[in-house]
Amino acid sequence: MTSFILRRLALSVVLLFIISIISFFIVTMTPGSPYPWGELNPKISAEVKANFRKKFHLDRPLHEQYAFIMHDLFTGDLRSMKDDRPVMARIMERLPATLALNLTSILISLSFGTLLGVYAARNAGRWQDMAASFGAFLFIALPGFWISYLTAIVLVKGFGVPILGTHSYGIAFPNDLAAGLDTIWHLLIPATILAVGGIASQSRYLRASMIGTLREDYIRTARAKGMPEETVLYKHAMRNSIRPLVTGIGMLLPAMIGGSVVIETIFAYPGMGRLGYEAVLERDYPTLVALNFVVAALVLLGNLVSDLLYAAVDPRVRLE
Amino acid sequence: MRRLIHASASNSHGNMITSPTLVSETPTRRILRRFRADRIARVAVGIIIILALLAGGTALLSHFDHHWPCDPNVTNLEQKLLPPSSQHWLGTDNLGRDVLSRMLHGASISLTVGLIAVFVSLAIGLVVGAVAGYFGGLTDQILMRSVDALLCFPTFFLILTAVALLGPSLINIVVVIGFVSWTGTARLVRGEFLTLRETEYVKGARVLGENSWNIIIRHILPNATAPIFVTAVLGIPDAILTEAGLSFLGFGVQPPQATWGNIIADSKTYILDAWWLILFPGLAIFIASLSFYLAGDALREASESRS
Repeated sequence: MTSFILRRLALSVVLLFIISIISFFIVTMTPGSPYPWGELNPKISAEVKANFRKKFHLDRPLHEQYAFIMHDLFTGDLRSMKDDRPVMARIMERLPATLALNLTSILISLSFGTLLGVYAARNAGRWQDMAASFGAFLFIALPGFWISYLTAIVLVKGFGVPILGTHSYGIAFPNDLAAGLDTIWHLLIPATILAVGGIASQSRYLRASMIGTLREDYIRTARAKGMPEETVLYKHAMRNSIRPLVTGIGMLLPAMIGGSVVIETIFAYPGMGRLGYEAVLERDYPTLVALNFVVAALVLLGNLVSDLLYAAVDPRVRLE
Repeated sequence: MRRLIHASASNSHGNMITSPTLVSETPTRRILRRFRADRIARVAVGIIIILALLAGGTALLSHFDHHWPCDPNVTNLEQKLLPPSSQHWLGTDNLGRDVLSRMLHGASISLTVGLIAVFVSLAIGLVVGAVAGYFGGLTDQILMRSVDALLCFPTFFLILTAVALLGPSLINIVVVIGFVSWTGTARLVRGEFLTLRETEYVKGARVLGENSWNIIIRHILPNATAPIFVTAVLGIPDAILTEAGLSFLGFGVQPPQATWGNIIADSKTYILDAWWLILFPGLAIFIASLSFYLAGDALREASESRS
């Protein structure tokens, strides 16, 4: 177990190294200047430009620039080109909102995906299965920005329901409970829309693996003993079919964090996705590199946690 | 036909009845036969063909300076924000341009993006997957670790960053989407190659002294076409949806060239006055990607070897 974790951490370090190189080169190799002002702006003196280049090490060769960025990233000295604040501080203040949004979204995908997948598997080959599969593809094919935009418009403009941001403005809540519920409500709608694709893919994974499990002898035995069908499905069959769900989360996480760029922008939700979008608009190189790095680290951590959880739940799995 | 197969498989007497004519059919024919038997797949393919014809026809007509129903870029401020009518079937936008014409032109952009992006990702994924799977060892390790690394990136954000920094043009968008989305194909191709590498005919070819690349291209690849084709079809809607998302954020194919995504993006301000500006292009994206997903899934089901 310990050796498994150690080896995974070592592999993660290698991966993060590759990731940092890729994101650094995508950001710096592209044409265009990173200045917060236009390249040809006559009001900016050559001296100011030179200072800026020196400050962000843009006058150095690429491999040295990379070394500077990585060094500053780990010592916490990496500063945003936009507002000169430490990049890690900018990311960390967005982290809680991002985690809340993505974890809620994963929870929603898992629970509804499971229900839909089990439903499809128990009716395999029948019209209910076809309908569930069709529904799953319907969900995947929905353009996320379109459906969030429609939702935002209909709820906010049509019915005056406050859903933008993390909490309602201009309302004095009588107590903390009401304020907390308000925050949850603001979280729930973007999280549900973000989960739509996840529900679909998780249900497809679970359906495929459940159909295999339901053919096993012990399922027939359990049914023959006269066990309630729900117990057979959710206790016996599902426990042996969740492996693809665990790997599925690993695939889901990057897609979700990427997808949250659009959804956070539409719902004015202050997460890392919106920070990234702003950094793209401002060509804020340090923030972009750091953001990719932090997200990748989160994804690797998420994968490790899900593997450990899976081993904890399923005694057949040995982490070696 | 699928129902017949199901029925015979679940026949309690256990006798699988196979008609003698089916015994000699080639794998490709079998896949096509089973694909054609799927009603949903037929509808999906029908929609895709109609879309392709409409998009191609519009592009061809405008090439000869004919426009149907209207020129997508002619503005008419006296006719702005008109709801759907017999003259403008899907209404007009804030500059009085005909939405149907713009959507027809957008269709060719969406389909082009889907096809070329998939082509790029397929080319990279095939080479990486084939090399990793066939040669194995250190090469495999290095290539697959790079794939793992790429899989940790927030996909859409990575594409957005690259497109925004490179400058949003059609060619940049398809290349970036292709360069970011080949990992799935690479993993799949590698898996196929790992299995097929151990087959008798590949071993035979190797013993006969055939060149590795010959074996990869002439002996292994043809036997891995079906799953590769399936991922390609399923990659098309992914690319279409990604381009639409980029357009919405202002980094898609740029106006005045109409795309489904930027019709919606440009209408943000008029949304309460003009529901048709957001509803119809969104539906078009939705129906097109749904059709590709359903067709791809039916193809996957038809190509799986069981039953």
